[in-house]
Amino acid sequence: MLKVEEQTPVTFSSELLAKFDEIKSRYPEGKQKSALLPLLHLVQAEFLWVPTSAMDQVAAYLNIQPIEVYEVATFYTMYFLKPQGKYALEVCRTGPCCLVGAEKILSHLEDKLGVKEGEVTADGLFSFRGVECLAACGFGPVLQISPEYTFYENLTTDSVDKLIEDLKNKS
Amino acid sequence: MSRKLLLEHINVPGINTLEVYRQKGGYRAVEKALKTLTPEEVVEEVKKSGLRGRGGAGFPTGMKWSFLAKPEGVARYLVCNADESEPGTFKDRYLMTYIPHALIEGMIVSSFALGAKVSYIYVRGEMMPQIRILEKAIAEAKAAGWLGKNILGTGYDLELYVQPGGGAYICGEETALLESLEGKRGNPRIKPPFPAIAGLYGCPTVVNNVESIAAVVPIINDGGDEYAKIGIGRSTGTKLISASGNLVKPGVYEIELGLPVEEFIYSDEYCGGIANGKRLKATVAGGSSVPILPANLTLKYANGEPRLMSYESLAEGGFATGTMLGSGGFIAFDEDQCIVRNTWNFSRFYHHESCGQCSPCREGTGWMEKILHKIEHGHGTMDDVDLLWDVQRKIEGNTICPLGDAAAWPVASAIRHFRDEFEWHIKEPVKSQNQNYGLANYANPIEKAPVTEEK
Repeated sequence: MLKVEEQTPVTFSSELLAKFDEIKSRYPEGKQKSALLPLLHLVQAEFLWVPTSAMDQVAAYLNIQPIEVYEVATFYTMYFLKPQGKYALEVCRTGPCCLVGAEKILSHLEDKLGVKEGEVTADGLFSFRGVECLAACGFGPVLQISPEYTFYENLTTDSVDKLIEDLKNKS
Repeated sequence: MSRKLLLEHINVPGINTLEVYRQKGGYRAVEKALKTLTPEEVVEEVKKSGLRGRGGAGFPTGMKWSFLAKPEGVARYLVCNADESEPGTFKDRYLMTYIPHALIEGMIVSSFALGAKVSYIYVRGEMMPQIRILEKAIAEAKAAGWLGKNILGTGYDLELYVQPGGGAYICGEETALLESLEGKRGNPRIKPPFPAIAGLYGCPTVVNNVESIAAVVPIINDGGDEYAKIGIGRSTGTKLISASGNLVKPGVYEIELGLPVEEFIYSDEYCGGIANGKRLKATVAGGSSVPILPANLTLKYANGEPRLMSYESLAEGGFATGTMLGSGGFIAFDEDQCIVRNTWNFSRFYHHESCGQCSPCREGTGWMEKILHKIEHGHGTMDDVDLLWDVQRKIEGNTICPLGDAAAWPVASAIRHFRDEFEWHIKEPVKSQNQNYGLANYANPIEKAPVTEEK
């Protein structure tokens, strides 16, 4: 999973490190490893994915082994271990959303963006994937867009088209 | 109109702010608890209320609190479980979005009762908007003196932090949640020791669901006895129900426990019936893990008596003809929905979410997904249905945490009640690809069993 070509070196800004410090202060002395998940979210918000070099630096910052970071980053589904589109669309594909048309939204996205699940569009703007239950079942179909995780409910193919146009115009 | 304790002010503009929340009587429970009650008295009120864990297991909250070990000089923790991920359940997201202070007020009172000086709200990572809402609300509360050092001059100190998860259903299991909060993979721990003895950082810890903690506020305001008067039998108080699927008005509803299921589905005060004028085929009453029931057993017991929305009534008949209240994730299926396809979808979910620690779950969920995929896509054989039954039997009860059971129950119940639909997929491999099995006899009314008069 952690291939050599994905070893893009990154540098943490002082602003990012200040946020790290604030989060680390939330836990008792010696329990700084608790900051790992929030720190990885901050890294992803900054770089839109989590490169291995960032994981190594997080490990050094928290004074833990790199493997302790890798095992967490690969266990949880939110951390992108390879680059995504600037807007990573995540559509809920679990039962209740499927009862109200989530599968149609996923296949529509594939047609509309011209890429398969997990791929990035040529302009680098979009990628999409199906994810498991997002806890908004009463308002399905739903999707969220990282890194802000803004949420869109009661989707139709038309509202998805409009959303994509809006995001294109914004860029 | 039934009584609302949690969502009473949900439609008040600005109720997400401290100012409006306070105007509507917010933080009275903190004043009452910290100034007039001892921690033990708060625990006692919660015990009297009969409140049961709203995350799904339904274990009495007051009893869970009373198990907390209190060794001298060791920190104790309260951790709120806001890792809401059970398919069909979205009440906690709703509560945190619209009334974040209800959770924060509940956290302060509960932390005081348990003697915690630092508490965490573990929110699933996908809910970044809710995390931002909670952090803003905590900052407001802290600035107003409801959090921090020497709250209300009582000498009680509390720091409250929001912790994001990383995207893993398993972290809703309390020991997996604690592992995750310690910065590790979410692998559930072997119990005992229970978190009440050795939880976060090895210290005594209570983990409670968002709704349970929010319910502590009305319990302290009105008293445990008053709370216990609402509801039916051992199902006291109100419950948030997340209604989804093919309903006219899906959404989050606060009900008094004991409401007839039929009224919940069909009355205009609640879901307003089945969408698009269709008929009800089946329901999953308490989140994807609980057994699926055909329409007729949803509305009535096997003996014809009406079924109610309560822990006991939904479980009436055991797994043979009943289900569970669980987390209150109520999913309705109309006559056009395919039970095989939905069961396959749920199995894929559990396979995806298995942490991989126990072989029966890690391997079994994958097998169930594969077999169901085969049947759904017209390649199944009659032996597959028996194989599926066999696999789920070998998962249930054989794993460290309840995810294995949660994966097995939807499959077992689907075969138990909808076996003919599975067999139809196998006998009609072509037809089943573009037609629905339909309603069949799943909505046939159950008549009240004749009473034989004894002389």
